[in-house]
Amino acid sequence: MTDVNQALAAAFGLSAEEYQRVLDIMGRTPSLTELGVFSVMWSEHCSYKSSRVWLKTLPTKAPWVIHGPGENAGVVDIGDGLAAIFKMESHNHPSFIEPYQGAATGVGGILRDVFTMGARPIANLNALRFGDPKLARTKRIVDGVVRGIGGYGNCVGVPTVGGEINFHPSYNGNPLVNAMTVGIADVDKIFLSAAAGIGNPVVYVGSKTGRDGIHGATMASTEFDADSESKRPTVQVGDPFTEKLLIEACLELMATDAIVAIQDMGAAGLTSSSVEMAGKGGVGIELDLDHVPQRETGMTAYEMMLSESQERMLIVIRPDREDVARAIFDKWDLDFAVIGHITDTGRIVVKHNGIVEADIPLDPLAEQAPLYHRPTAETPKPQPLGEIADPIGIEKALMTLIGCPDLASRAWVYGQYDSTVGGQTVKRPGGADAAVVRIEGRQRALALTTDVTPRYVFADPEMGGMQAVAESWRNLTAVGAKPLAITDNMNFGNPTKPEIMGQFASAICGMAAACVALDYPVVSGNVSLYNETEGTGILPTPAIGGLGVLEDAAQAVGLAFKPGLSLVLIGEIKGHLGQSLWLREIAGQEAGPPPPVDLVAERAQGDFVRAQILGGFVQACHDVSDGGLLVAIAEMAMGGGVGASLLPAPEGIAPHAHWFGEDQGCYVLATAMPDAIIAAASLASVPARLLGRTSGVNLTLADGTSIPVQTLAAENARFFPEWMEAPAA
Amino acid sequence: MKAAIVVFPGINRERDMAIALELSTGHKPKMVWHKETSLDGIDLVVIPGGFSFGDYLRCGAMAAQSPIMPAIRAHAERGGHVLGVCNGFQILTEAGMLPGALLRNAGLRFLSMDCHLRVERADTAFTGDYQRGQVFRAPLAHGDGNYFASTETLDRLEGEGLVAFRYATPDGAILPEGNPNGSARSIAGILSPNLRVLGLMPHPEDLVDPLMGGTDGKPLFDGLAAALAA
Repeated sequence: MTDVNQALAAAFGLSAEEYQRVLDIMGRTPSLTELGVFSVMWSEHCSYKSSRVWLKTLPTKAPWVIHGPGENAGVVDIGDGLAAIFKMESHNHPSFIEPYQGAATGVGGILRDVFTMGARPIANLNALRFGDPKLARTKRIVDGVVRGIGGYGNCVGVPTVGGEINFHPSYNGNPLVNAMTVGIADVDKIFLSAAAGIGNPVVYVGSKTGRDGIHGATMASTEFDADSESKRPTVQVGDPFTEKLLIEACLELMATDAIVAIQDMGAAGLTSSSVEMAGKGGVGIELDLDHVPQRETGMTAYEMMLSESQERMLIVIRPDREDVARAIFDKWDLDFAVIGHITDTGRIVVKHNGIVEADIPLDPLAEQAPLYHRPTAETPKPQPLGEIADPIGIEKALMTLIGCPDLASRAWVYGQYDSTVGGQTVKRPGGADAAVVRIEGRQRALALTTDVTPRYVFADPEMGGMQAVAESWRNLTAVGAKPLAITDNMNFGNPTKPEIMGQFASAICGMAAACVALDYPVVSGNVSLYNETEGTGILPTPAIGGLGVLEDAAQAVGLAFKPGLSLVLIGEIKGHLGQSLWLREIAGQEAGPPPPVDLVAERAQGDFVRAQILGGFVQACHDVSDGGLLVAIAEMAMGGGVGASLLPAPEGIAPHAHWFGEDQGCYVLATAMPDAIIAAASLASVPARLLGRTSGVNLTLADGTSIPVQTLAAENARFFPEWMEAPAA
Repeated sequence: MKAAIVVFPGINRERDMAIALELSTGHKPKMVWHKETSLDGIDLVVIPGGFSFGDYLRCGAMAAQSPIMPAIRAHAERGGHVLGVCNGFQILTEAGMLPGALLRNAGLRFLSMDCHLRVERADTAFTGDYQRGQVFRAPLAHGDGNYFASTETLDRLEGEGLVAFRYATPDGAILPEGNPNGSARSIAGILSPNLRVLGLMPHPEDLVDPLMGGTDGKPLFDGLAAALAA
């Protein structure tokens, strides 16, 4: 028998002060199982103890928000009697230890958060960050993560429609794998997790419980060190086939009136699901672990309560519907076991082999959970950049940029993700600034995107946080959608370091300002801290998952050029080179302030662009982001296999700054009606000017420089296949 | 025409298939669970794509042993039409209803992309709305689509005109660059000797609506609806 004491509590990740609080609540030394329950519920991953004070400052309300943060996922009204349910979640630590299973189970976990609320998942997205491509380890991690995302998503039959990938050495020992799922439900058929009904049976469905993933939530709450490899057993193994059956069986059960409350068993498994369901309902819960379906023999109560075996759900059902529910799970060949009941004690009582292994009051477990106001140190404002001369010219710079790892075509990656299953994918990966997925049987469609520019956040966390939200809003706008809400995935370093906590706090401030200005609240999210390896933190990465709606999917526009159109720039290019990819890739510097976001201009320009698209005046649209204006134009040209002739850069701005500056709030429109659009923009006080015309098969600058679009496309397509398919050295 | 879609656990393109069939026939197809044993009154049996039983064993091997399979076999033996797409094609080969096997893609990675198919014969119920030699676009999404059979079998399939579709370049040439998964002789779809069982890897059912990028796949379903109308 293991002795429970402060040393063991420390090994479980509880501080001395936190352990004392456990002793005070219990009034005695806790059992091993009880200590396990406290340690996972009070882990950073489950309790948000370092981040909660800041998260509370984010705007979460709008007339269309049905459920904000606090449920398994966020819920917004998208019209037509439908709700979109969505969330993004990280699986960073497991993906470093075991890339395939880490990424796969990340997809599985976020799917369950969404269908547990009654939604059929209709789209997956992701946001990925990897280390230096020159390292062999990076290649291995990219390969495993991409295979894992595909392996799980393809099998469950939910299309993977969008995502983003960056490389930076700060992710060498700590890649980021953030997965997002979006589902659709009727607004009046949304399922919540608050347990109710004294005596109601508590039902376990899905896969059997094994010893995998024990203490995964605790692992996700510490830094990595040289021993991380030894933590491999804490990574769970995914079974997408069972997940697919679970989706279908749960949706079938949800069409009946059997369910009182339902929650998936995610991080901290049976512990967090039972504690949270009972806690939210203000009731008690009693579990008899003898009835838990088990994959292995001789499992202890501690192991069963802390296992993170995948593809499991906990359901409180009406007692008179037990047979109906059991028949559905029998049909799908899934385990269905009554493992307990709801009580009026306000306690969680866990029995095993006739012995009470845990008996904890729920209120103090939740209410006395640690909450830290950790010290913050503000990031010093970056020095202004000053003049940077153009060392290589426009043509060479363009070729270098579109071929660099951060801008090269991602076709090699998304070509391994099934993006068409379901038959509703209107804009596939690479075809538009946001993915567009129609709602089956309706005209309505969702626009979806994931965005953040970590180098901006590192240089100026507040501006970078603001930019991440604005960029996602812009990408939804660029397909013609009305942006509704975001989910956020806050990936940061060690929060006990004031400079890291300062990054976090400032990024939240910037995000909040953008959310307010753009009527674009946060409805769900996830925090991943301690993303450090051997004391080195990642670039702060608040990944934003944006969701917007189009009343008619046919109104969505992509980014591909068509011949014979005029190009109009909306917004103002000032030539901001600070923190730009041009500066990093061409001038070899990561310096200066990131481009400023003017939220008033952002809103005006975006609203104007959306109105032009919905008015039918725009044939293609793309926002100006990484790489600047000329990269945006090149991407549109490559998308359509159509060239363009461009006007010269305006007087008073250096050509390289004009073409490669990363000024915010700008869009390139391809239109047959440039004069009407420019006139309308003038009336709306929105900057607009003619950039050129699409024609031919070359991209031609005013000085006569002319690059075949095919040459651009070949260079753009080169990086991933050459890097990933090269024989091992 | 009465169509049934057989749903094995892990199948995931049954909804796409139902949409395409309803669009062309005007009727919702019947969904048949794999534990059922009868297909009475059905004209067209469709086995859609997905990952039956997770594809944890050889793709389609488990499904080929499901309770519904004798009924599918009997349906084919009495001259009924059967369409197997992607995992459905794999199941038909595992059940021995079509020859050959689908191996891992030559590049050993899952492929999700549009491919081009050349129609090798237009005088079947499945291809009647295409022209012989016509090239059309179809999405594909599979990890195991690399058609393989013995030289003898391949010669027989070609000799008897049982190749329905080949992977091709957009202008219809049969070249390695148009063959994404390494299939023998660029074969994407094959027919039974009575031309009533078709298996193919790509997904024409996902390209039946201009909004999704085109209607290249629609003639397959229009043709079936016309041929089996009675």
